[in-house]
Amino acid sequence: MTGNDWPLWEVFVRSRRGLSHSHAGSLHAPDATMALRQARDLYTRRSEGVSIWVVPSSQVTASSPDEKDSFFEPAADKPYRHPTFYEIPEGVRHL
Amino acid sequence: MNAPIALGDDALVLAQRLGEWAGHAPVLEEDVALANIALDLLGQARVLLSLAGDEDELAYLREEREFRNVQLVEQPNGDFAHTIARQLYFSAYQELMYGELATGPGELAALAAKAVKEVAYHRDHAVQWTLRLGDGTPESHERMQRALDALWRYTGELFQPVEGLPVDLPALRGPWLETVGEVAARATLTLPDGPDRTAWSAGAGRQGVHTEPFGRMLAEMQHLHRSHPGASW
Repeated sequence: MTGNDWPLWEVFVRSRRGLSHSHAGSLHAPDATMALRQARDLYTRRSEGVSIWVVPSSQVTASSPDEKDSFFEPAADKPYRHPTFYEIPEGVRHL
Repeated sequence: MNAPIALGDDALVLAQRLGEWAGHAPVLEEDVALANIALDLLGQARVLLSLAGDEDELAYLREEREFRNVQLVEQPNGDFAHTIARQLYFSAYQELMYGELATGPGELAALAAKAVKEVAYHRDHAVQWTLRLGDGTPESHERMQRALDALWRYTGELFQPVEGLPVDLPALRGPWLETVGEVAARATLTLPDGPDRTAWSAGAGRQGVHTEPFGRMLAEMQHLHRSHPGASW
């Protein structure tokens, strides 16, 4: 058996408390238990994380490049949707 | 005999064996996993051998008969099942041994407290693969069973007392059998039973007597250092 026979998993790593999980990459694994362990070895071995999620890639529904214009372009010219008109209080770093 | 040398040689030699998988493991993910385990063990070896002398001199300039590792860790990688069986036997032992060492007195307690967490992961890795190979296809089951049987004779040596080590090693054999036996049962595998279980077991590695493949492994491990004495990065 080669790695290509195994399903693909997407790996999300939370780098420290208070932050969200971010997509770190993907890997092949025979099942969820092994995927979690291989994610630990591949993506957190230099102490990058405190928590890991693995998700079967087949379960991810992605937006299509064909829908790029209708999905994302209308947001480009609406600056009033951005919270840029407020003063950000000191000490708030992750806004 | 010096306890740090015995434990350090175990870790060093198994690290070298696991390192042989780099670039050759069945899948890329496993390549990294085995290299990770090897690096954990190499880290343990460096601390332990430094307690006994100069780590490089000890690793690279000793002859075969001066090494004090158990014979289990020097056994060749074989197929993937052999590598996993060797790791299961050894990591289950190391976890119990470091666990005891961490709670006791002595200069090794701090190292053991750190190492026991690394080793728990190594054991888990070996357990996961033992379950999947044992309870997998007919071929993987057969290979895993063959590996457990082939390496069994080297497990007796793990529980021989080590001079200067404040751990009652013979007493760890019971809990070790329980751990390994439970994993084997879940994996639909069997361990040698009846008279075979405690019959004659190989092993005088702690006295410097090693098996044939060890010499070739040492030659590969040491030749660079011996060819270029004193070289550095």
